[in-house]
Amino acid sequence: MDAIHVENLTKTYKGGVKALQGVSFNVKQGEIFGLLGPNGAGKSTTVRILSTLSQADGGRATVAGHDVTSDAAGVRRSIGYVAQATGVDRWATGRENLTLQAQMLRVSTSTIRARVGEMLDWVNLNEAADKLVNTYSGGMKRRLEIAMGLVHQPKVLFLDEPTTGLDPETRLALWRDLERLRAERDVTVLLTTHYLEEADALCDRLSIVDHGRVVIEGTPSALKADIAGDTVTIDIGDAGVRAGEILGGVNGVLEVIPAGALVTVRVRDGATAVPLVAAALGQAHIAVHTMTLGRASLDDVYLKYTGHHYDAGFATATGGKR
Amino acid sequence: MILFFADVWHLWLRHMRATIRLPIWIAVTLIQPVIWLTLFGQLFRRVVELPGFETTTYIQFLTPGVLIMTAMFGGAWSGMGLIDDLHHNVVDRMLATPVHRAAVIAARVLHAAFTVVVQSFIVLALALALGAGWPSVGGTIGVLVAAALVTAGFSAMSTGVALLARREETMIAVINFFGLPLAFLSATFMSAQLIPQWMQSVSKANPVNWAVSAARHAVLGTDTSAVWINSALLLVFTLLMVMFATASFRVYRRST
Repeated sequence: MDAIHVENLTKTYKGGVKALQGVSFNVKQGEIFGLLGPNGAGKSTTVRILSTLSQADGGRATVAGHDVTSDAAGVRRSIGYVAQATGVDRWATGRENLTLQAQMLRVSTSTIRARVGEMLDWVNLNEAADKLVNTYSGGMKRRLEIAMGLVHQPKVLFLDEPTTGLDPETRLALWRDLERLRAERDVTVLLTTHYLEEADALCDRLSIVDHGRVVIEGTPSALKADIAGDTVTIDIGDAGVRAGEILGGVNGVLEVIPAGALVTVRVRDGATAVPLVAAALGQAHIAVHTMTLGRASLDDVYLKYTGHHYDAGFATATGGKR
Repeated sequence: MILFFADVWHLWLRHMRATIRLPIWIAVTLIQPVIWLTLFGQLFRRVVELPGFETTTYIQFLTPGVLIMTAMFGGAWSGMGLIDDLHHNVVDRMLATPVHRAAVIAARVLHAAFTVVVQSFIVLALALALGAGWPSVGGTIGVLVAAALVTAGFSAMSTGVALLARREETMIAVINFFGLPLAFLSATFMSAQLIPQWMQSVSKANPVNWAVSAARHAVLGTDTSAVWINSALLLVFTLLMVMFATASFRVYRRST
């Protein structure tokens, strides 16, 4: 059975903002599954519904075999939930935070001490265990939160934007922790992120979410392989639409995707296409500000399926991120 | 049910630890009643000379009043910690666990009531030092029950406001608006018989006044039935406020 099964979830917030407009996906046991999308796309709303913090208006979802509506208690026992903004008690120590979390998660009293010690060890917080969390660095807090999400050995762990607000070094360290999590613990992870590289590096499979809909689902490599050839990205200011017509006729061009000032041109072979593209634009007296050649990335996947470039800060007028 | 009490106990311990780790809170707790008792005690020292006053010294009269006022504010401010928890996602993190929903509120209310009971002992000790004497065993229990109930009621109200408003500013405005007027629309500082008629009428519907009446009659040992009646009214008030807090919690959970 799938660890997470999501079928056609819809959710409209008060004020008419449609956060989810029919989200469906399945996560297999033991997988790290990513929900990738910009702020306001509906990722956090999905995770909040799956962790019973929020109610969907329509659709159905099960987590570890428990229905999120009819068996919320069953879901809560089976999941760890790590939210995008801390969630730890700053005025308690790491050990106290973990102990209380274990108590609330119904870990049997006789095993709590040992389990808390083991978790502190696992996230390498032994030395700081009895210091107030208020004195922890951002990375330490995040490691403590992950330990709190795992203290009851859940079947499913939700990580909602785990690296948002972390400095690059801490982010990389967290990636290594998540790799270790995959290797050492039998837990299914649902991770949301608005970083393309993060989804690429960590996820076994992912869904790209945009405006409350899943636009495409697959493994990062399959999604990228799906995009044939190379990508030429050209910045031509306001001549974008005209350039589309001109470039469509150039030999070796597979597809032209105008998106504002940036025109993305998918070509069979970058090295031979670039001079031809440049020449065609020159003949049409279109000034080229920049032209870059690259291999297909998740950004190209994103562009292909949503029709606009990936911009992590892009937000619809939702407040869907909370 | 056992799990509910376990949850309340564990969450209560969390609040207690946080309180004990705030030396400034403990300092203020000790000093504030001293200020109230000495300041008001000196300011209004001679009002006992007015005919119709129940006691011979004002400090004796004032002690239950200050005790209840401290209790009321202790309860009223307790929602601030919840707002902090809401902002730091602590509440959401808890709600994603099987923890009893009611325990999250109950632990906070009981923590406020417990700290006020401790404070009350301090106030009584101070009053003893200032010459007010120590009430009888029954009187002590009566005054502590009244203080605990009024705290629990205002703490639950504060919790409800915190869950609905979710902003410190709103909370501060509400408490500033209601706090002192509720204290002054009661027999906290002035004998009930000497309060203007309209204020007496208003004070009959004021939970702070119920608590002050219960506490004063308990301390002075003047009217046992008044202690019981006012405590019963306070209990009803507290239960209503707990219902309000529970409903607010439901509103909060629905709104996300």
